[in-house]
Amino acid sequence: MAYTPSQPRFGRFIPGFAAGARKPAAVAEPAGAKRVQFSPSLIPYLFLAPQLAVIFIFFYWPSVQAVQSSFYIEDPFGFGATFVGFANYTDAIFSPEYLSIAKFTVVFTGLVTFFSLALGLLLAVKADAVIRGSSAYKTLLISVYAIAPPVAGLIGMMFFDLHIGPFVKLAAWFGWDMQVGLNYYDTAFALIVVAVWKQIPYNFIFFLSGLQGVPVSVREAATIDCRSGFRRFWTVTLPLLAPTAFFLLIINITYALFDTFGVIDVMVKDKPANNPITLVYKVYMDGFRGNDIGSSSAQSVILMIVVFVLTIIQFRFIEKRIHYT
Amino acid sequence: MYKTKPLDHLILILGSLFLILPVIVAFMTSTHEAAEIHTKGLMIVPGDNFVGTYEKVLTQKGGFTGQVTGLNMVLNSLILGIGFAVGKIVLSMMAAYAIVYFRFRFATLAFWIIFTTLLLPLEVRIMPSYEVMSKLGLLNTYTGLIVPLLASATGTFYFRQFFKSVPEELLEAARIDGAGPFKFFVDILIPLSRTMMAAIFIIMFVYGWNQYLWPMLMTTDESFFTLMRGIKSILQVWVGSQIPDYNEAFALAVLAMLPPVLIVVIFQRWFIKGLTESDK
Repeated sequence: MAYTPSQPRFGRFIPGFAAGARKPAAVAEPAGAKRVQFSPSLIPYLFLAPQLAVIFIFFYWPSVQAVQSSFYIEDPFGFGATFVGFANYTDAIFSPEYLSIAKFTVVFTGLVTFFSLALGLLLAVKADAVIRGSSAYKTLLISVYAIAPPVAGLIGMMFFDLHIGPFVKLAAWFGWDMQVGLNYYDTAFALIVVAVWKQIPYNFIFFLSGLQGVPVSVREAATIDCRSGFRRFWTVTLPLLAPTAFFLLIINITYALFDTFGVIDVMVKDKPANNPITLVYKVYMDGFRGNDIGSSSAQSVILMIVVFVLTIIQFRFIEKRIHYT
Repeated sequence: MYKTKPLDHLILILGSLFLILPVIVAFMTSTHEAAEIHTKGLMIVPGDNFVGTYEKVLTQKGGFTGQVTGLNMVLNSLILGIGFAVGKIVLSMMAAYAIVYFRFRFATLAFWIIFTTLLLPLEVRIMPSYEVMSKLGLLNTYTGLIVPLLASATGTFYFRQFFKSVPEELLEAARIDGAGPFKFFVDILIPLSRTMMAAIFIIMFVYGWNQYLWPMLMTTDESFFTLMRGIKSILQVWVGSQIPDYNEAFALAVLAMLPPVLIVVIFQRWFIKGLTESDK
């Protein structure tokens, strides 16, 4: 799973979704088994057993438990639970706090996804064009990739620190009294900057390898047909990059939704009261701080549904509109 | 074809600076003294307190948490990173082998059981996962730290793709030579997968090393703290102290990002390969 590298999430492992992949293959076929195979026996089960055991104990069991406890209100001291139907869901969805956090999550996800994709693409296009020195740029540009979100958060926190942060001084120069950790919008700004900073290298890697997969003949033809670099980019390069871009879009949305947990946890310094947080952070706060297991589980389930919907969109709708090369 | 313009270099240089400068500043600042940082702000030039800061962070007990040294945390992070990477490779190679090389009744079902794990990140099922762990008595253990993270199928899909690209003739030849399923796996497939295993090891090590939320919940006993978990404790010291130990905080951040960054830079080619070429 990726939180990191940060990991990596669904799209990449589906044939046809990798960067520069050819055709979306049907996932339903028995895993693309080989024509030549060993004859049926118990051996495959033996090989599958360890992975399945771990998955059942640490994936399915908790997932089922989450769904189950989302229908109960649990006594915080462990004196049993009361079945409440969908009350946890309706309480969560209709509370103004949840709605404002959901709103922030959407804005945050949108901005982080947009800026990290745009900057990653810009740098990849430039690195692709620059032949000399490109490996030095490449090394510099991807080195930040493996930094963990909480470390990014820590570095961000210091750069936005009220006493020593250079960004605060820079902002003051423009007359902006930046108070990260105290002011809602300032904190949101800092969170987005740090989240984008951490994600650019990831997008850069994928865009660059997508660009380098474009055949030389296509590039030459495009150069002849189309003088304006900008138009060439829009009409030739970008459509060729569409599968990569789409894959990255989904990955970036999941990154902004889930992997930024560490950034947020460090930067809001345990004081979410007047700071922006995302829905995943609220699940954690309600479950572990508030001990409100029912509500936390209901929110988990809502997020699970969001992820499922994203996956379905990925498979059913958008994929069909993208031209694979 | 395309002529490079100075503007391209400018954009690349600015981009590189934007990404790398914070890391350099973090390191440089960590070599100064806290009081100096407090008055002068972040540093871009090296100070003379490098040995002092890092020695203190690595060896002094109670620098941040009261009981654990930085060195302990480095070791725990290594155990988590290596344990996770090895576990991932072993589990997922075996499972991928079963899926690709055998025809059996529940193959499709098994595939989907594994596939669905890609849909739900640990973050959304964190609360019940924690409860399962406490029921199993695995809180504050290395098993509890590592094994639940293995419950996702990323590795299986990497290996599945890789095995599918292995020529069919190999298996035919092996069977003619009388190799059984175990022999084929151990003597042919594993040696063949070495570079793939290395690439996945690197990616998974970085992933394990970078884990934050799970270790934060799982470990209340400080002797199990990882570096990432240590970062959380810095903050608790930070809030409310007169002159925070900026240098130590930065030093810990540097320690925490050093292995992943080095690995990515040194093994760049493998890393990118493992990351992007999943259908090879």
